[in-house]
Amino acid sequence: MTDRRSNVLTVCMVVLVIYFLLPLFWLVIASTKNVGDLFSSFGLWFAHDFSFFSNVHDTLTNNGGVFARWMGNTVFYSVVSAGGAAFLCALGGYGFAKYRFRGNSAMFGLVLGAIMVPTTALAIPTYLLFSKAGLVNTPLAIILPSLVSPFGLYLMRIYAQDAVPDGIIEAARIDGASEFRIFFQVALRLLAPGVVTVLLFTLVATWNNYFLPLIMLNNPDLYPVTVGLAAWSSQAGAGGGTTGAVLSLVITGSLLSVVPLIAAFLLLQRYWQSGLASGGVKA
Amino acid sequence: MSVTTDQRLEASAPSRREARRQRRGVGHASTGYAFVAPFMVVFVAMLVLPLAYAAYLSLFQERLIGGTVFAGLGNYTRALTDPRLLDGVGRVALFFVIQVPVMLVIALVAALAIDSGLLRAAKAFRLGIFLPYAVPSVVAALMWGYLYGRDFGPFSQLAGDLGLPAPKFLTSSWMLGSLANVVTWEFTGYNMIILYAALRAVPHDLYEAAAVDGAGAIRTAWSIKIPALRPALLVCVIFSVIGSFQLFNEPQLMQRLAPSVIDSGYTPNLYAYSLAFTGQEVNYAAAVSFLLGAVIVVASYAVLFVTTRRSRS
Repeated sequence: MTDRRSNVLTVCMVVLVIYFLLPLFWLVIASTKNVGDLFSSFGLWFAHDFSFFSNVHDTLTNNGGVFARWMGNTVFYSVVSAGGAAFLCALGGYGFAKYRFRGNSAMFGLVLGAIMVPTTALAIPTYLLFSKAGLVNTPLAIILPSLVSPFGLYLMRIYAQDAVPDGIIEAARIDGASEFRIFFQVALRLLAPGVVTVLLFTLVATWNNYFLPLIMLNNPDLYPVTVGLAAWSSQAGAGGGTTGAVLSLVITGSLLSVVPLIAAFLLLQRYWQSGLASGGVKA
Repeated sequence: MSVTTDQRLEASAPSRREARRQRRGVGHASTGYAFVAPFMVVFVAMLVLPLAYAAYLSLFQERLIGGTVFAGLGNYTRALTDPRLLDGVGRVALFFVIQVPVMLVIALVAALAIDSGLLRAAKAFRLGIFLPYAVPSVVAALMWGYLYGRDFGPFSQLAGDLGLPAPKFLTSSWMLGSLANVVTWEFTGYNMIILYAALRAVPHDLYEAAAVDGAGAIRTAWSIKIPALRPALLVCVIFSVIGSFQLFNEPQLMQRLAPSVIDSGYTPNLYAYSLAFTGQEVNYAAAVSFLLGAVIVVASYAVLFVTTRRSRS
């Protein structure tokens, strides 16, 4: 009885997983086709010619190798933003969790409310401020707004409350350690899993960000890969004789841009799961 | 005498401080400020300041004659009667009402199935459903755009082989559903993991008690697991409110495939973007952004209010 039941459930789940993997499967298949086969062969299976390597070569060399530059920019923006955001959240979350001071709960409440402020509603006024300050079209225009993560602060505060026992702080204090030394040498180690969680989420958010760089940058050399791919795709959609060639660049570029994050998620499964757990359970 | 009172005072003061410490944390106020200051400075600079600036900008209007003039709430009255903005808000509200329940039901069923212990290879299913979350929405929209396509989209090809008319994913009557599909594809896994994590935290003696009472897997899911998921579901709904109302990437990218279906006011965010960057109506765009933020905050609080009230009664 139980066995038959689980088979039915397994079949349903297989159907569901096929839906979620179908576009990625299509992407892999399409990246192995030349332009002609892209239009003439069935979309969900390989064509006769296997053009994957020449497609990758074309993608990496097109326009003076700009794609590699976009990937590099994406890595740079997201690593710096995520590192900075996680550090600020760790420091702040620990401060809010472990210190009593005037305005503690008021400030924290303000940050909590800001979780609901949509990032895209902020992007336009931020752009206007940055263009006055001369920051538009610089890497700072992407990194600075990405340093703030209200949700990250919230997670770190919850995490710090449980992960760093007051007794340890007291003990370190009796040993004569300064407050910041206690943070860096004792607390930060205990906070590490929480920090990694915030790091991962900010990393994904910056890596996948499109709206902010679309607004802030108009120099293609500074584009992250998302804006770059969108630019190529609008070239491909613009029509004309060379449209097909750009199309296969968009497809192969999309595949190449997806691989690092998927690899990171597979390697760091333990962390994103525990991270989402603390967000969902405690709220 | 005075010595003893002093001593008593001295003895009681630290203990009172001790009691306070136990209520929340340890340490001195000034150090507390030092810890939270870096975050708060960046928070104010990157979040509070732009919001305040948007509020300020939204009070002005650019006129052909006289330049930028103070307009009071003029931009807001214009926004509230702007049919393009209202259409956009209505569209994302409809999107929210249909897409979010579908997505959350799939996420919930998947989370329950994976948690039930009735599946083989549960871990692989969990990963397969979550994987799209790692895909940038730009890439998701591009992929689905090609899959929807009439030239070489596999759905059109399949329909053609079967002698059926090609599905019209990119026409005005299908577009919202096609967009909803992309968003569902992207975020079901994320919600599923939140729900799954919450399920793992349900105390297992509850299941044993239910089993002793003769409850089957479905009964246990319905009467124990789903009620225990309420807070996690609430988190999912709030994040979905925020996501739906600021829909931008997917429609902006699909616009190229169907420019006559998705106009510049298709979603409020797309509207604000085109006002600011194509129409050069910076002040009005600020008002629209500000209003959109307000709509999201109000909708989120409404969700919170409705759900907490229902759970109390």
